Amino acid sequence: MNWDFGFIQEYRTEFIDGFFLTLKVSLTALILSLIIGTIIAIFRISSNKALRAFGTSYVEFFRNTPLMVQVFFFYFGLASIGYKLTDFWIGVLGLSIYTAAFIAEIIRAGIQTVPHGQTEAARASGLSFLQTMFHVVLPQAFKLVVPPMCNQFINLVKNSSILSVIAAQDILYVGEQAISEYDPFSVELFVAALYLIITIPLSQGVNLLERRWAKQGTR
Amino acid sequence: MKLKKWAIMALSIVTAVSLAACSSDKGASTDAKGVGFKEKIEKRGKFIAGVKFDSNLFGFKDPADQTVKGFEVDLMKEFTKRTFGDVNMLELKEVTSKTREKMLTSGEIDVIAATMTITPKRKETADFSRVYFLAGQALLVKKGSPIKDVKDLNGKQVGTAKGAVSGKNLKAINKDAVVKEYSNYAEAFQALRGGIIDAVTTDDGILAGMAKQDPNYEVVGNRFSKEPYGVAVDKKNKDLLEAMNKFLDDTIKDGTYNQLYKKWFGQDAPKDLPRDAVLELQPGVDG
Repeated sequence: MNWDFGFIQEYRTEFIDGFFLTLKVSLTALILSLIIGTIIAIFRISSNKALRAFGTSYVEFFRNTPLMVQVFFFYFGLASIGYKLTDFWIGVLGLSIYTAAFIAEIIRAGIQTVPHGQTEAARASGLSFLQTMFHVVLPQAFKLVVPPMCNQFINLVKNSSILSVIAAQDILYVGEQAISEYDPFSVELFVAALYLIITIPLSQGVNLLERRWAKQGTR
Repeated sequence: MKLKKWAIMALSIVTAVSLAACSSDKGASTDAKGVGFKEKIEKRGKFIAGVKFDSNLFGFKDPADQTVKGFEVDLMKEFTKRTFGDVNMLELKEVTSKTREKMLTSGEIDVIAATMTITPKRKETADFSRVYFLAGQALLVKKGSPIKDVKDLNGKQVGTAKGAVSGKNLKAINKDAVVKEYSNYAEAFQALRGGIIDAVTTDDGILAGMAKQDPNYEVVGNRFSKEPYGVAVDKKNKDLLEAMNKFLDDTIKDGTYNQLYKKWFGQDAPKDLPRDAVLELQPGVDG
């Protein structure tokens, strides 16, 4: 195999910009998907029938359709009815809405492992449903679901490569430009390395958090 | 002791087999040299041409009847008919500007007839037939758009396809244009129709096909490049290249080429089609 990394020099600024676009979209979508996912999870376990139905449909719809279809829907669909979002926000929107469906399920599972007696006790001591959620149930649930959540965040970073199909200049887009002129294997290897720079610290960070919380738990 | 014996035996078997494999390998390659592409393809029963499925007039999958049609498709049909005597031996595989070279070198397809501009760089990886179409890069915009030429593209978003040279050409002429590369031309055109981008740029032939699909769009601007199309053949298949060249020369001579040209582009084929040419940028044209 003839490795040829000459493309790094030629596409240096593009790769730097692409790296930061991927990073920014991923981080924004991560926060947004966590918020949407938590709300949907609360809907899913709420006693209100309409909210529960909405939560269930949301999860089933967005979890069971391809991300690419959803992103194309936002990209071409919103434009056709006159809304013009930037590539950045199309990417953030598509990724958050999609990832939130998975996160909602993880959080719901986490909530359900918190013994029901605690909710009852909290409610009996006068806390409202939301207060019970935010002060008693969710803090415990979040700690339990850290590992599966971490998987979702790593998936989110990798899924952000969907940006390249809407011609947003992320890591993969720049890589594909380089491939048309340079050795594809060298380019793909470099592209993979750039994604690893984001995903490895992410999983290590979450591991650290998990260990710290585990220690606190035993205290 | 027993173990050692086994090991020696195993080792000798492995050596023997690998030696045999080596020599038979050599035999095969000389064989392959002896057997021409024609016999090889007749044995396989299929001649596989890589064509576009998204470029109206050249290679386009008609949503109405799911068949692939166009000028390049007809040329490949004619080639198959004349060379193998049976047009049904032709298999059309979809290629994009991004995938076609890899598919050719991997042997997935025998030739590329897919609006492929001959460039010095591409000549390094594949052989090209004589020129069969001369295109020029232009712009497609919505009718009534203020964009009339390349110089109007400052800060404007211009779509094209990944792997094509169009994006680079445009940047070379107007570096203030914002190039957006989509997976294929159909998506770029859809982005234009959705108002996401301001123009699509590529060869005028492809753009004319889009304008024909939706008359709200028109091709504008002077052609700012000379893009000769050739049929690409893997460097290993010199005899196929020869046959393709002879076929193209023959069809041009006997009028079949002109007939097909007229069928797709509504006018006579240019008389001065060059035999050999490569991409030329003309940044000077009209400012």
